[in-house]
Amino acid sequence: MALSYLRSSSSRSANLLRPLSSAASLRRPISTDTTPITIETSVPFTSHQCEAPSRSVETNPSELLTFFRDMALMRRMEIAADSLYKAKLIRGFCHLYDGQEAVAVGMEAAITKKDCIITAYRDHCTFVGRGGTLLEVFAELMGRQAGCSKGKGGSMHFYKKDSNFYGGHGIVGAQVPLGCGLAFAQKYSKDESVTFALYGDGAANQGQLFEALNISALWDLPAILVCENNHYGMGTAEWRAAKSPAYYKRGDYVPGLKVDGMDALAVKQACKFAKEHALKNGPIILEMDTYRYHGHSMSDPGSTYRTRDEISGIRQERDPIERVRKLVLSHDLATEKELKDIEKEVRKEVDDAIAQAKESPMPEPSELFSNVYAKGLGAESFGADRKEVRATLA
Amino acid sequence: MAAIFQGVGAAATLSSSPSNSFVPKKFLTSPRRSFCVPSSVVVRSDGSVNFDLNSKSRRAQQLVANATKADSSAASSSSNPGHELLLFEALREGLEEEMERDPCVCVMGEDVGHYGGSYKVTKDLAKKFGDLRVLDTPIAENSFTGMGIGAAMTGLRPVVEGMNMGFLLLAFNQISNNCGMLHYTSGGQFTIPIVIRGPGGVGRQLGAEHSQRLESYFQSIPGIQMVACSTPYNAKGLMKAAIRSENPVILFEHVLLYNLKERIPDEDYICNLEEAEMVRPGEHVTILTYSRMRYHVMQAAKTLVNKGYDPEVIDIRSLKPFDLYTIGNSVKKTHRVLIVEECMRTGGIGASLTAAITENFNDYLDAPIMCLSSQDVPTPYAGTLEEWTVVQPAQIVTAVEQLCQ
Repeated sequence: MALSYLRSSSSRSANLLRPLSSAASLRRPISTDTTPITIETSVPFTSHQCEAPSRSVETNPSELLTFFRDMALMRRMEIAADSLYKAKLIRGFCHLYDGQEAVAVGMEAAITKKDCIITAYRDHCTFVGRGGTLLEVFAELMGRQAGCSKGKGGSMHFYKKDSNFYGGHGIVGAQVPLGCGLAFAQKYSKDESVTFALYGDGAANQGQLFEALNISALWDLPAILVCENNHYGMGTAEWRAAKSPAYYKRGDYVPGLKVDGMDALAVKQACKFAKEHALKNGPIILEMDTYRYHGHSMSDPGSTYRTRDEISGIRQERDPIERVRKLVLSHDLATEKELKDIEKEVRKEVDDAIAQAKESPMPEPSELFSNVYAKGLGAESFGADRKEVRATLA
Repeated sequence: MAAIFQGVGAAATLSSSPSNSFVPKKFLTSPRRSFCVPSSVVVRSDGSVNFDLNSKSRRAQQLVANATKADSSAASSSSNPGHELLLFEALREGLEEEMERDPCVCVMGEDVGHYGGSYKVTKDLAKKFGDLRVLDTPIAENSFTGMGIGAAMTGLRPVVEGMNMGFLLLAFNQISNNCGMLHYTSGGQFTIPIVIRGPGGVGRQLGAEHSQRLESYFQSIPGIQMVACSTPYNAKGLMKAAIRSENPVILFEHVLLYNLKERIPDEDYICNLEEAEMVRPGEHVTILTYSRMRYHVMQAAKTLVNKGYDPEVIDIRSLKPFDLYTIGNSVKKTHRVLIVEECMRTGGIGASLTAAITENFNDYLDAPIMCLSSQDVPTPYAGTLEEWTVVQPAQIVTAVEQLCQ
């Protein structure tokens, strides 16, 4: 079977890889090196009602390589999801994040798993950043039991409670009040953590966002609203949807910061700054200037409202993975070959996960009725006829 | 209103003998409160009984056992322990007790804090528990309901108050998509132990937008439970049960019932969220009702008794899911059903209940189910017109006479 051939060949290549990497480690240990390096962000931050943080970001080789690997993994995962969707293994809506990986990866570098993240439906990479496995991602996308929501959520409903990832929401903007509620709970329990509520430039015009922002500012909640501005709300460009596309200024009395969202280090610096700010002074808005290569979703070619030149231009000049690759190579932290090996490794990981996910079964019929209600404290819910409804489909 | 209530109390005490042969005698420990069984006991529709033996439910069992014990002693002794209060005070008592018991319970709504609540349900709670636990929100239902749901995802137990249930239409997306569905779409990772409560229903000339009955709009949302309280006793019990429940519960109160007075037990008790209340056992016809219409029905019942009829009145209390066990037993006994509700005719609770009963108990019915609901019109301001939109006792009497021919 093709699968077993792949597996045996991969074990062979793994054997080949091992001596190489050990040779590399003899030369210079790269993946665990934590000697600090200071790198300047691509552009300075622009701020609204606050002092912008410095352009110089402290990082280290280990972190940069982790950035590279994680972003390569996310990129590979999204491209694989694209193929799976076209092969009709993923149905419904599938919103891909490729191009925006720096936001997920930079944010994770600045915070802990105690901080909460909540986002909208473009959540595959954010989920992986929070510790979700590739198997959980692909199985959920294909509606299998091994998925993070047992196959019952789908692409737009990834959640990981143990690492405080709150999803995964289909209705535009509805996650922002939820995010402010998470921040409220954090303030209530006094646990010195913050919530990052992510939304897009399309959702930035939702009323509930401003309502939630008002309440968060009133009650001093540690809420950080992050606008992932990829400049297109579905098929409508930002200048056609918003009178003021300066989303970081839209908070008015709430301070804001505009960040180059394609630069993982800038994102890291901004999130660190925002966390310190939110814990002391209440909400802050971060606008991540980013870009998505795919269309809004798999049903959208993404080329009717923007030119191919624009897309390829950004890919050449601002691609987040290329930026980190150039940094790594210019600082001599790894060779070109090592980076290519990482990419190959990542590709294999993704392929293995897809194979494993395909083997996971569809949910049992009884799962249709489970988790509608939670059972607790004797307040059991029985369904219309006071019997527990367990359907067995023939 | 007080006069009607006295009638209810009297009728309830008279009905001490277990007329419902399907309920095991074990549960009829007290004359008046026989049908608020401990929520840890699961009574299946085939009559078998399961006791949930985990520690939480044992605690719940001990709770209610106290209440029923005290009640039976109350019945025996001449003095009446317990205390008298109004319905809104009962709600406040329930809320206060739960807030003392569990530090995760908090209240958010408009004017609930410093003002004390527009219907005084949260009076003085802000002074006692502080501004972080009794939160005054701006007028932003969509977002503060969303925030309540977000807080509930982490384990807090917010009680969100809609100043009038009609205002919660602005939060429909949050209630339907997030509150109802997150437990399912996350594969069981998150529970949403939120309580959404507020007064609704047709009041005294409040106008169309302030007289809405939202139970009919919310009833299709999967994943939520809906209960409607009608007496101080069940108001306090349902409030406490709703707060303790791991599921999102919408508690419907009625604007005109806040000043009902009743004597309730001193000790801790909760009411089962999925259970209906037998208000007046009878033989001839089953009248199903809830919230304010219960009192119109009881008023009509007095007239009907004088005319020689013996109606069985059940306050369904649980609007989602329906307590088809109690209702079914009643239908099997009387074979005639009249539903009296305040919802509008189209798509109301009565419509769903009619369908549910027909589906499950069609063989036991001697006559088609009659459903009296409010007219399909926006509630007018003029007093006489408003009276005609809502079901009146005289119409109930006529309906029963028609049904029993």
